[in-house]
This record gives sequence, C-alpha cells and structure tokens, in this order.
Amino acid sequence: MRANDGVDLDVSWRQVHALLGENGAGKSTLMNIVYGLLRPDSGEILFDGKPVDLHSPLDAIRLGIGMVHQHFMLIPPLTVAENIVLGHEVANRGVMDLTESSHKVEQLSERFGLQVDPRERIAELSVGLQQRVEILKALYRGARLLILDEPTAVLTPQEIEGLFTIVRALVAEGKAVIFITHKLAEVSEVADVITVMRRGRVVGTTTPKESKSADLARMMVGRTVLLRVEKSPAKPGAQVLKVDNLVVLDDRRHVAVDNLSLDVRVGEIFGVAGVEGNGQNELIDALMGLRSIRAGKVQVDGREISNLSTHARLKGGLGLIPPDRHRMGVVLELSVADNLVLDDFDHPPFARWLVRQFNAIRDYAVKLIKTFDIRLQSPDQPVGSLSGGNQQKLVVARQLGTLPKLLIAGQPTRGVDVGSIEFIHRQIVSERDRGLAVLLVSSELDEVLSLSDRIGVLYRGRIVAVLDAEGADRDRIGLLMAGAS
Amino acid sequence: MSEFLQQLDPVSLLSITLITATPLTLAALGGMMCERSGVVNIALEGIMLTGAFIGYAVAFFTHNLWIGVAAAVLSGMIIASLHAVLSISLLVDQIVSGMVINIMAVGITGVFYRTYLESATSAGPGTLPHWNVPVLSSIPVIGPIFFENQFVTYAMLVLILVVHFVLFRTVWGLRTRACGEHPRAAETAGINVHFVRYVNVITSGALAGLGGAYFSLQQIGNFLPNMTGGRGYIALAAMIFGKWTPVGAFGASLLFSGSDQIGSRMQSVFHVQIPLQFLGMLPYLLTIVVLAGAMGRAIAPAAVGRPYKKE
Repeated sequence: MRANDGVDLDVSWRQVHALLGENGAGKSTLMNIVYGLLRPDSGEILFDGKPVDLHSPLDAIRLGIGMVHQHFMLIPPLTVAENIVLGHEVANRGVMDLTESSHKVEQLSERFGLQVDPRERIAELSVGLQQRVEILKALYRGARLLILDEPTAVLTPQEIEGLFTIVRALVAEGKAVIFITHKLAEVSEVADVITVMRRGRVVGTTTPKESKSADLARMMVGRTVLLRVEKSPAKPGAQVLKVDNLVVLDDRRHVAVDNLSLDVRVGEIFGVAGVEGNGQNELIDALMGLRSIRAGKVQVDGREISNLSTHARLKGGLGLIPPDRHRMGVVLELSVADNLVLDDFDHPPFARWLVRQFNAIRDYAVKLIKTFDIRLQSPDQPVGSLSGGNQQKLVVARQLGTLPKLLIAGQPTRGVDVGSIEFIHRQIVSERDRGLAVLLVSSELDEVLSLSDRIGVLYRGRIVAVLDAEGADRDRIGLLMAGAS
Repeated sequence: MSEFLQQLDPVSLLSITLITATPLTLAALGGMMCERSGVVNIALEGIMLTGAFIGYAVAFFTHNLWIGVAAAVLSGMIIASLHAVLSISLLVDQIVSGMVINIMAVGITGVFYRTYLESATSAGPGTLPHWNVPVLSSIPVIGPIFFENQFVTYAMLVLILVVHFVLFRTVWGLRTRACGEHPRAAETAGINVHFVRYVNVITSGALAGLGGAYFSLQQIGNFLPNMTGGRGYIALAAMIFGKWTPVGAFGASLLFSGSDQIGSRMQSVFHVQIPLQFLGMLPYLLTIVVLAGAMGRAIAPAAVGRPYKKE
C-alpha cells in the first residue's frame, strides 16, 4: 500500500513546520523516511540544498536530523546520561567516561534551559521529563532539524506550554522543527507553516493566519466536521453508579486509586479528566472486577457489586469500552462477527446447549455493522484487517448493542480518525439521551470537555474536584490535573 | 569438635566447591552476555557438551591439552554462531533453536565418541596441570582454596571481573544492555542491533565452550557421553539467581555446587540419608523462589527472547 504518495514538503530554518493529519494519514511514515528508518520507493530528499541518501538513522544523525518519537526511545533501567550518549558515547578506548558524559549533558541542558539530572534513572522520571531527555538526546547528537512526533499526546496542558517554549527557543537559535500532530489547537499556537496530509498525500500548505481551525479540519478530513459535540443539556435521573472511598493497588502493589468517590446518574456523562497514569486503568479494572479492591464500596443501582465476577457485572448491565483496544477490546485474529458477540457467545440466542448458532450470530453482526457504520468487506473477515477507527466502532457497537445501564468508556476514541471520533461521540450522546449512564475516562482533555455533563479531575488516584462541564475553565482543569490545589 | 572438623574438612570442602562451580560460572557468564543483549541461550548445555567432546578429541589426537582447550572454545563459538543465525537472522524461536542444539549435541558427540574414541587404545591426554601461585598459595586457608588450581578455574575467576567490567563500564556493555532492554531505541540511536547480538551470542559460546573443557580436560581427562549432565541448565538458573550480574551468578554457582558437596558429605561422614535426587532439585527450587520474588525481584532484560525485526 502507498503510505506516502507523491509527497512534497519544504522545511526552512528558523521555522516550526507543523505536519497535520489524522492517524494513518502518512505523517509518521514520511518522518521515518526523513530519519532513515524507512526507504522511499521513489523520490528525492534535499538537505541544505544537497540531495541525500539515508540508509539508517546514523546517516540522518550525521546530517543533523534528530527525531523524538511518539513512543519514547528511552531505556528505563539506564540513567539519563547513558540514554543521551548511547551510540555516541564519551569513551576512552571503549571504556565509558561517565563523569564526562554527565558533565556534557549538564552543559547541554543549561544551554537550552532543559533542566534534568543526568544521574537519575529514566524509570524514575515523569513523562514530561522523559520527553526533555529525548530532546536533549537529539541536541547532543548535533540536531539542527528536530522532528517531534505527536509530542503532546502524553503531556498536561502546562507541560505542553513548557514544550512550546522550548520549541520556540530552539527555532530562535536557528534550528528547524517539524511538529507532527493531529490536534488543531496546537497547530495554530505553535506553527509558522502548516502542511496538511490526508491518505498519504499532501492536501495543502498554509499558515495559521490564513487558515482557521475549521478550515484545517476540513482539509484534514476532506469534508466539514463538527469540532464540538452537539448535545442538549443532560436530564439526569436516579443514581446508577456510586463509588465510595475506593482504594485499588497497581501491579507493583502501590496505591493507584486512593480513597476515590464519585457517582454517575441516569442520562448523564461523567467525565474523568487526568493525565495518563493517575489511576485511570486501575479504576476501570476495579469497576469491572478485573482487579481486586483494597477498600471501599462500589454500588450499581444501590446494590454492592464488589464481590461479583466480571461476567456477573456484564450481565447486570455494565458495559466497557476498554482503554487499550488491542490488549482488551478485540481479538485481532477472530472474525468481526465473533468479536461482536464476545461477551455473550455462550448464551442464547448465540449458543444453544454447547452448539454455537452461526445464523443468529451473523444476523446480529450484520445488524450492528449497519447501525454503527463499520466499514468492511464481510462479517467473517478478521478484525485485524480493519482500520483502527472501524475496530473501535466495533468495540462501541458490541457494548452499546447489549443495551447496558452503565457504560464505562475508557479512551473511547484513542487512535481513531476524526470522522470516527465524531460518530462515536454522537452514539454515546444519543445513548445518554435514552437514559444511559456514562463514565467517560479519557486523557484527551478536549474530549472530556466537549462530551461530559460533569467533570471529575483525577490526580494521583483521587478525584480532586468535580465541576459542571457547562462553563468549566480549561486552564483551571489543567492546573488541577497537574496537582495544583 | 576437632574430630568433627577433621571429618568435615572445611578447606577441602570449599576448595571442591570452587572447582565444581567453575563450569557453572563460565556458562552463566556466557548466558549473561547473551541475555543482556536480548537473546535467550538455553543451548549452553549443548555448547558445553560439544566443547567437552571437541576439546578432548583434539587433545587426544594432537597430544596437546592447550590446543584442546582452544578447540573447545572455538567449537563453542561455532555452535553459538548456529544459534545466532537461527534466532537472530532467521527469527526462529530462541528456545526452540536452543533445544535443537542441545538435542543435536547429545546425539552427535555420543556417536562420534563411540565410533572413534571409545575403543582407542592409546593413552589419553591427561588433565590440565595444577599451578600453585608462588607466595599466595602458602597463605593458610585462602591459598589452598584459590591459588592451587588448574587453568579453567583461574580463567573463570578472571573472567568474572572481565565480564563485569565489560557489561557495566564499557561502551560495548552499554550497547549490549540497550539492545537487551529496548532494541528499537538502540537502533534509533544508530546501533546495529543484529551485530551486537551476534557478537554477544558468539562470546557466550566461547565462555560455555571453555566451561565444557573443564569436564573433559580439567576434571577427569576423558570424555563420557552426556558428561555435562544438565549443568548448562543449572548455569541458567545461576544466572537468574544472580540477577543477571557476574558476581551474583558466581555466588549462585558456589551455592549450588556447595550444596552438592555438603549433601554428599552428609551421606559419607554423618550417614544421613537424603536421597541425591532431592539435593539435585535444590538449584531449581531456589531459582523458583527467586523468580517468585522472595528475595527481591530478579528482572530479566525487557526484550530478552524476542527476535528483533527491522521495520
């Protein structure tokens, strides 16, 4: 398949060049070519006016091209200094000079205002600091062109501000930055020039002055999109979910959910905002019975459910959109139809005694595929052959198809194209209007802000504040997410 | 009390413990170089057996023990190259590749031994000489334990320090650990992951091959079919027990070989009847205890066992 098709891109020094596009538009492929990780089938790359041939990252590094990957390329058990010098070590006849390495890293971090302790292990650092190390790593290798691949995905709003400051400082020093993102708001704030990609092609190049967010969105998706979720005010009814002083431990047996209390009512969407890693996954696991709870109560419709199995909870009206689709949401090797009945395959009408009822399964699958607009060739094809957006629609379809009372939606639109995001949001809102209670857990603050009726801010396993979504202050939520009181 | 000590003879007990820990430590060091770079080497057993056989056969025909030792090391490197090609380039499951080598090693060495060596009438090559280090060997207790040994044991003691230094103080060690933890990160830093893994796997073959020479050329001066008797697996256990560090693996090897010696003495000196099979279980039991996290967690290199494929 052509991930990049006849792409032209011009990047100048002293500029932040944003590369905007949906997931799967070919942004990362293009940058992997520039960084020497992939080879183009045809075409030419010019750097400083000269044609270059990039066989490996080493060639790119030699030219002064640095890349900060979306998934950090850091080695957790090693120190900051070791990670930064890796591949370009300060050494004397093969023996590491660790003092000099640390010294060099310190000099570099002072020069660019990127404070970090070179002796600390990566595993001990926050995500924001890890990103700093990644940038330092590129600068240490003499990067003049810095590629940042989706750099804000894991940062708090305040950390994002910090990153923008760094990016501006780098450009002021005469460097060039390519900023890959699918978030429109960031583009307008940080970019000098914007190139929009769609389906492997460049749709156009523009500047923030010429194009407003709505124009950019149209270029990205190829049609007009609603940037805000259209919904009427909620008409909340009786309490469905009530969580009291819940305590849950993580895999390392540290407290991840710390005396957390919240409640969700019929016909409302309660959004949990928070930076990833503040207990979201452990909260969801505990509510679904996938992780034992240390203390506290979980009630659904006034009935204690903490001792029920996951199966009993699903039967009792809970539905889950798991935050990690590939780990928990779908079985990639199984067919679309089998995945759609995954919660219920052993019960009538999908099974009688020990015999599966393929006609019933197929009819049900065809119905859901139509309702939820899942694009595919056949219900029998494996889920792994669907696009990310369609896989996610399948997960949503399966959960809403069982008509639950309470939907726990973890990152319901992660890694999904704008068109599917819009669709999934509309489905969730229309189910809400029919009386569904929704607990939305998302680290995309914009998603929480636009979808929720009430917002709880999660920080270090606690709900530190509950606000009405109507007129909620974005900056205030950002500060709460970062731990400010 | 003195009679008790005389019967137990702690100095000779410790000395034999160090000697029998030699092949375990060498193979564990080899396994460590390999696993730190991200490749599981369950083939240590087969490599040691091959080293024992080739070392003996070469020494037998050349009448030179040192050429035999060199041949054992070389044969280990060749067998390890096979493991490297299978598991690094051809992306074969590393456990499967290792098991294939182990099974093959038992068969091939057995057949060649019976065909060419078993009925040979000329005298064998003998065993490696004992070297007493001047001055140091006359220190009481320490001297007889550490400084009246044969070549492979001295080599082991030096190699513990060498492997420690290489892994934690050199550029090569840093790159090795990077490849074992996060090969993709290493690749983006400009490191050739496959090259690093090849060199480490072949190095592990050299170390295990030297461990093999211990059996045939240092211990008994003969080759017997399947004479390594599962020591390669115990070495893997020692490596894990020692948390993938050279000094730790050495300690674990001493513990395993020491418990063997104490067990046999319990029977001969005190006539306590513990079935040998129970003592044989000890290394594995201890390893399970460590893996279960009872003595501080032993964390394997994150990418160990996973073939690395460039995108």
